[in-house]
Amino acid sequence: MSKALLYDATMCIGCKQCEAACAQQNKLPYDDRVAAESVQSEHKYTVVMTKNDKFMRRLCMHCEHPACASACPVGAFHKTKEGPVVYDVWKCIGCRYCMVACAFNQPKYEWGSLNPRVRKCIMCPDRVVAGKQTACAEICPTGATKFGDREDLVKEAQERIRQNPTTYLPRIYGLNEVGGTSVLILSSTKVEEYRYPASEKIGNTPMPEYTGRVMSWIPDFIPAWSLVLGGIYWISHRREEVAEAEAEEKKNGSAR
Amino acid sequence: MKIKLTFWKAVFIVIMTLGLYSSFIRYFRGLGAVSNMSDQFPWGLWIGFDCLCGVMLAAGGFCIVGAVYLFNVERLHSVVRPAVLTAFLGYVLFIVGLLFDLGRPWYIWHQLIYMNPHSVMFEVGMCVMTYTTVLFFEFLPNVFERFNLQAPIRWIRKIYPVLIVLGILLSTLHQSSLGSLYLIMPSKLHPFWYTPALPFLFFASAVAVGLAMTIFESTQSAKAFGRHLELPVLVTLGGALLVALWVNALLRFEDYFHRGLLTQIVKPSYESYFLWLELTLTFVIPITMLSFKKVRLSPQLLYLASISTVLGFITNRLNVSLIGFETYVGHHYVPKWTEFSITLMIIAMGFALFSVAVKYLPIFPQEQRAVNRPRRIETEPLVGTAVLTHAGD
Repeated sequence: MSKALLYDATMCIGCKQCEAACAQQNKLPYDDRVAAESVQSEHKYTVVMTKNDKFMRRLCMHCEHPACASACPVGAFHKTKEGPVVYDVWKCIGCRYCMVACAFNQPKYEWGSLNPRVRKCIMCPDRVVAGKQTACAEICPTGATKFGDREDLVKEAQERIRQNPTTYLPRIYGLNEVGGTSVLILSSTKVEEYRYPASEKIGNTPMPEYTGRVMSWIPDFIPAWSLVLGGIYWISHRREEVAEAEAEEKKNGSAR
Repeated sequence: MKIKLTFWKAVFIVIMTLGLYSSFIRYFRGLGAVSNMSDQFPWGLWIGFDCLCGVMLAAGGFCIVGAVYLFNVERLHSVVRPAVLTAFLGYVLFIVGLLFDLGRPWYIWHQLIYMNPHSVMFEVGMCVMTYTTVLFFEFLPNVFERFNLQAPIRWIRKIYPVLIVLGILLSTLHQSSLGSLYLIMPSKLHPFWYTPALPFLFFASAVAVGLAMTIFESTQSAKAFGRHLELPVLVTLGGALLVALWVNALLRFEDYFHRGLLTQIVKPSYESYFLWLELTLTFVIPITMLSFKKVRLSPQLLYLASISTVLGFITNRLNVSLIGFETYVGHHYVPKWTEFSITLMIIAMGFALFSVAVKYLPIFPQEQRAVNRPRRIETEPLVGTAVLTHAGD
């Protein structure tokens, strides 16, 4: 069964231990300076933001139908059956189409590197495969970030909203957005205030479908269009041949 | 051999020097140091201009080849070779541009082994590779003729129908796929430019630009290489351009009409200024001009109409790739001077290679070589003309 993360912003105390654990897990630098950074970058996969004493966490959403995976020309991204969307750096050619394709702007780039990689949260795939939680969920002291089966977490989130309708906004962000994601967010304020894209803007259609429609025509288009072009070529040159033959005939006829 | 330093040669040298300096920064300091691209703007001038516009400007190759070999428009025969040369150089330089833009250009060949058939970028990559190969074969007869190699010319003649059909097929796919690239960003690209019709619009505009570029190029080389202009060629192209522009205008109108944007696009806003600029240059000016017979019969005015068309569609591509994202991102992207300088270097290389090819290969039909200069139509001295003549010396 596919794994997921449920982040409940109302339970978050902004301790940023998830940031530190993430950095340690992914061998990224982490100190007070990095902790103070409020945006994600190639050295900060996840960030806890503060606004009016409320917190909100950002990380890769691990879409059920990831745009990055469909966009990558060399298939450097793929969604594993366990849930994480992972990145094979050794395939990457650096076209950065994943970055422009992602509706959540999660892939970041090593702009300063001479052999740059795309960087994003990969949901600790080694730990997940080994049956462990992600580093951020494991360290979270309040359970604001919870790891589990996606279906169970969806049920739990719905239950929390039902029991505390005054606390929560009545929606689970990530349940249906872009066809569903493996990161689910519960909050008392709109996630859009924290630079998350608005649900109505990104819609519930999986991103790969927008290009997939066009790409699915191509296997039919190539033979059909070749036939049309070849046909036109044949007809127009056939006409030439006929004209030539007729001219020849006429010449022979008049000579006779 | 005496080497004369003319003004344009000096310009060429300056452009190349700055370009080489920027290339050094690119490969020894990285993309971050050489460009203003960022996590918010992962694609900049090099994708917007070098790639999108570069491929569009190379469209003359398949337009003219299609007209001459598929539809038997014999009058255009004399512009096939320059058009194929431009397309071939355009694609080669597009690949050069890619080598700057890709973060890991040394793995570009991964495209051939780790294929992802769901990716539009994969389609783009395959089209670039195969069409450049086709263009290479379409271009080869020039070289064989130069060295009077009859046997290989005969071989190429034999496969010519295949090359022609393949070339047009791949161009159709490639021109449209550059539009399809943006289909996956419905929430990011401004609605003025995001439309499910993007692949169709990209293809239709490429045809118009292909025709306009051929007019531009013929006039320009007539001036630069002292050949006389063939008026019937230009008149045919001008007429076709008018039709192509009407088709494009109609498609754009239909698109805005069906998406209910007609009232939006007339309201002043940051995006609509750029849209107005684009629509004025692509449709208003050239369609108005070309509607007059006097214009369609005048090489100078045709030349101006074609320049307006080309600039208009360049604006369109930059709107799609850069301007259309600024509101979403929340700030402007202005390319660094080093980005401009690499783009300029690639353009200068294009001019230089073109003039070298024209000088040493039978690109223009022999009988047209201007012996009797008075016959050629005088055009205004034009910027770039001199570059064409001298850059490759």
